[in-house]
Amino acid sequence: MRPGLILGFGLLALGAVLVLLPFVWMVSVSLKPHAEIFTPHVSLLPQNPTLENYRRALTETAIPRYLLNGVLVTGGILILQLVLSVPCAYALAHRRFPGRGLLFGAVVAALLVPFHVTALPIFLGMARLQMLDSYTALILPFAATAFGLFLLRQAFAQIPAELIDAGRVDGMSELAIAWRVAFPLALPTVIAFAIFSVTAHWNDLFWPMIAVTDPDLATPPRGILYFRDAESGDEPGPLMAGATLVTAPLVLAFLLAQRRFTQGLASTGLKR
Amino acid sequence: MTAALALDGVTKRFGDTTAITDVSLALGQGEFVALLGASGCGKSTTLRILAGLDRPSEGQVLMQGRCVTRDSAAARNIALMFQSYALYPHLSVYQNIAMPLRLRHLSVAGRLPGAARFSGAVRRTREDIDAQVRRVAAMLRLEPLLARKPGQLSGGQQQRVALARALVRKPAAFLLDEPLSNLDTQLRADTRDELRALHRDTGHAFLIVTHDQSDALSMADRVAVMIAGRIEQIATPQQLFHTPATRAVAEFIGHHRMNILPQGPAAALHPAGKGLDLGVRPEDLRLQADGPLQAVVRSRAFHGEETILSLQDDRGTALRMVLRGGSALPLPGDSVRLTAPPEALHGFDACGLRQQVLS
Repeated sequence: MRPGLILGFGLLALGAVLVLLPFVWMVSVSLKPHAEIFTPHVSLLPQNPTLENYRRALTETAIPRYLLNGVLVTGGILILQLVLSVPCAYALAHRRFPGRGLLFGAVVAALLVPFHVTALPIFLGMARLQMLDSYTALILPFAATAFGLFLLRQAFAQIPAELIDAGRVDGMSELAIAWRVAFPLALPTVIAFAIFSVTAHWNDLFWPMIAVTDPDLATPPRGILYFRDAESGDEPGPLMAGATLVTAPLVLAFLLAQRRFTQGLASTGLKR
Repeated sequence: MTAALALDGVTKRFGDTTAITDVSLALGQGEFVALLGASGCGKSTTLRILAGLDRPSEGQVLMQGRCVTRDSAAARNIALMFQSYALYPHLSVYQNIAMPLRLRHLSVAGRLPGAARFSGAVRRTREDIDAQVRRVAAMLRLEPLLARKPGQLSGGQQQRVALARALVRKPAAFLLDEPLSNLDTQLRADTRDELRALHRDTGHAFLIVTHDQSDALSMADRVAVMIAGRIEQIATPQQLFHTPATRAVAEFIGHHRMNILPQGPAAALHPAGKGLDLGVRPEDLRLQADGPLQAVVRSRAFHGEETILSLQDDRGTALRMVLRGGSALPLPGDSVRLTAPPEALHGFDACGLRQQVLS
């Protein structure tokens, strides 16, 4: 093996260790009994591994509830995003109407606006409509997504126009073409977008902090905060167990969808 | 006889450009018509208007004498086979063929998986669809391929699937966009025969759009020649070849472009040449020692069965002639004398319209 290659792999390995270390430490602490966590010497592997911390995290705190909220909120957001974006992206890619170019330009421009800029007006609007502190408040602001619209439009634009016409000749409505022809053909892109969306909203702390105060509505990251402040205080064992539980679903989902994910990002065009 | 499908004075404009102008075309019941034209002449636009994918700017589309100009493609029940075949890549061959029938005969609820278990009507419709799909698949020898995806098929197989999908719904008219252009030479010849047979067996009205005159002349009952957005002539292949109505058609039809001798010098060949341009096909020119036309051989190309000579006559007109057999071919630079039988001459007036040449 050439020295350059060894150096490259070495650097990559170092990077991987740096990124993974906090997670490894988190899992390690979550498996240690209380007495073993605060010791003068550092040991990565627990001497007497125990699941006690997980039992406490799951029974003494509302982590199951937070996880459920996370699923409801990210799932609700994703479904709404797709329900809105697929027909809109189809129209932008394959329908001719006045102002189409302008509209697509607006979508691209909207990509540049971070959510934090619009968060305040959205918050005020929701306050006026008395929708704060509800699942609606957590889900609705993300239903329209410029990113998803852009990604899907680009994927749909790759679909040959003759295929769309074939759907029309076969008797499909425009909506049916969007869902039965365009959507399945753009599935790699849809999955890539789904992973982006779920990851972003599962991990989002900013908006749940603003929009909800009811602990029963807390999403996982928001929940962990309650946990640290009030409920388990200075007990890092259950805290780390909780953090592991909150992180695990995403990591698992990524591992399962890894191939699709890289495919969706790498494929520039649809294979016929 | 009312036409299965007809265009009446159709014009289509895209912005400032006019794609087709005042096109009238009738497709009779059970007739096989070819729409022939060079690429970009407007034949695809014509096809899309016939199919209902585009609306004409002016004029009407008629089916059985009824105006369907504003009806959608599906409402017209016209089948269209696309040049790229446009098979749904994510569906199996069976699902591709069944799609038009499922959309036509099953409601949204009826298309749900398991719906047949709850409704006898849905079950009967599905069995009916299944029978029709299998009938068409058998006709086109697709049974062993029904479970495959289009990506796993060869070009010829994909084309048969596209044909099956178009035929399965018993269409009022069947339009084919360049059906042979993606096939290699051997398959082309076979597919021509197959399309003719399919037309005979199904009895549907067929319209094929093609840029290849051999396809059009060999398959169709009638050929419509389209040049620059207008239909120049609609006639049987024989009429088209032997009595082209305009100079443009005469120059377009035929493997070798027709020679046109301009009015005046053409009189050397025939007295009618005083007032008319005279056309003569390269196959009809003969070498003759005392022929009326003098020309110099510029080059010679050997094509196996035939040899093509490029010549220039004494007035500077470029001529081409096709010689069969290899005996005594003139060499480049040779001076030769040519003649053509009067019945092989085509006279065209200053407007390019055909005029009788008396022999």
